[in-house]
Amino acid sequence: MNLEDKLFLNRYQSDKHSHLRIVDRDACLKCDFKPCTYICPAKVYVWSQEENRILTAYEGCVECGSCRYACPPHVIDWRNPRGGFGIQYKFG
Amino acid sequence: MVQEKFDVIVVGAGPAGLAAAYTMAKGGLKVIVFERGEHPGSKNVMGGVLYRQATEEVFPEFWKEAPLERPVVESNYWLMTKDSVTKYGYRTEEFAGEPYNAFTVFRSKFDRWMGRKVEEAGALVICETVVEDIIKEDGKVVGVKTGRANGDVYADVVVIAEGVNSILTQEALGMQKKYLAWDYLAVAVKEVIALPKGKIEDRFGLEDGQGATIEMIGEATQGMVGTAFIYTNRESISIGVGALMSHLINNKVNPNELLENLKAHPAVKPLIAGGEIKEYLGHMIPEGGYKAMPKLYGNGVLIVGDAAQMVNGIHREGSNLALISGKIAGEVVIKAFEKGDFGSVTLAEYQARLNDTFVIKDLQKYQHSSGYFEEHPELFKLYPHLASIANKEFFTVDSIPKKEKQRIIMRKVFEKRSMRHLAKDLYKLWRVLG
Repeated sequence: MNLEDKLFLNRYQSDKHSHLRIVDRDACLKCDFKPCTYICPAKVYVWSQEENRILTAYEGCVECGSCRYACPPHVIDWRNPRGGFGIQYKFG
Repeated sequence: MVQEKFDVIVVGAGPAGLAAAYTMAKGGLKVIVFERGEHPGSKNVMGGVLYRQATEEVFPEFWKEAPLERPVVESNYWLMTKDSVTKYGYRTEEFAGEPYNAFTVFRSKFDRWMGRKVEEAGALVICETVVEDIIKEDGKVVGVKTGRANGDVYADVVVIAEGVNSILTQEALGMQKKYLAWDYLAVAVKEVIALPKGKIEDRFGLEDGQGATIEMIGEATQGMVGTAFIYTNRESISIGVGALMSHLINNKVNPNELLENLKAHPAVKPLIAGGEIKEYLGHMIPEGGYKAMPKLYGNGVLIVGDAAQMVNGIHREGSNLALISGKIAGEVVIKAFEKGDFGSVTLAEYQARLNDTFVIKDLQKYQHSSGYFEEHPELFKLYPHLASIANKEFFTVDSIPKKEKQRIIMRKVFEKRSMRHLAKDLYKLWRVLG
């Protein structure tokens, strides 16, 4: 099963507001290996060639918080989603 | 929003926070717990093994009413290469009945149950509420700012049980370095795969309702420092894998790909065949241990559980450390109320009491292990191969005299690692773990 289908099995209360923000996108341009694009279990971060920037599919976030640490220039501002929003694990 | 003042605010409804809240509510304190999920447990993830003894320290005879999956009667370790496994395990019927040793659980269900017990004990559990900041007055923690309108809440003591994403501990309290190093954290993913009860029992050789666990190293993490696991639940299997963030980043490996790789292993595939994935989960595990711990107490504040890095990765323990730290924190706060003093000198008793428990003793014992494995990943890369070489030779029947076979095994092993090097590895390992 591919990752998108797996994430589809999870229960989310999607917020209209993203809980993660890249605070300095110039830093991404200087970032060589962009760990956010592969360390994230939900592959929330994707590098877009056309737009020359990271796109964030925050709705699929499983809230592990890895990106906040993995980002070498520390420009990912990851916060807990607002109360009641985000992933709601059925099993956990 | 509640405007009144509480005795204690607990941030986070996991094992640490709920153990603290339960202890304090039973002790007559006015306790409020804030949880960001829909209910206690809805944000909480672990592999799935809950230990009876520590849990019972907080919730006596919990197994009679709590939602549990299976009592663990058999525990296995697998050293894996791409196409082989060297297995070691232990099974006893003693673990099948009271008082039990461990259970597999789903945290979303178990933590919800703990939350109800905490409410029954008289505490207020407020869900769907994020604590965004800490309120301090004259250098003392006096309350929290929640994400709700007019959401400031005050108390004499705040217990921080925010989990591995210890943002308050780092940013609001400044009690921990803001960005922990990559080798202080592991990233883990897990799937819950539904299978019929009978099929699980057949595949794992289990009696009705009994459970088994498998911990895997080697190819399971593609040689990175980390472990994988398979745990049996009532009608599902939990399968997961985690590795140090530093190794995942440097090897450019995505955790989900690691899990898919594991599921395709010839020894794993038949155990999960025909199952239906029910949930996909991700979580970080604090692996920094003793060296990565924040200061555990301050003026009006205590840190418990994962937020304080209380995980013993070598022994797959975390929730038990969390429960005990929460309980002790709760008892120290009760005493603080008897004294009417909530300063750091009074609350320092939490650290002193924890020092006398397995929590700190074990974290101290293994304080050099994560650094050692980080720098010497042989155990995860080379040793599963050596075990495979030796066992393959041992189990292959081919008319070679046994003396000759022993020589072949030695030669093949020493080709990969000299005897001097092996002895050095073992000595170092013993120094770190012994």
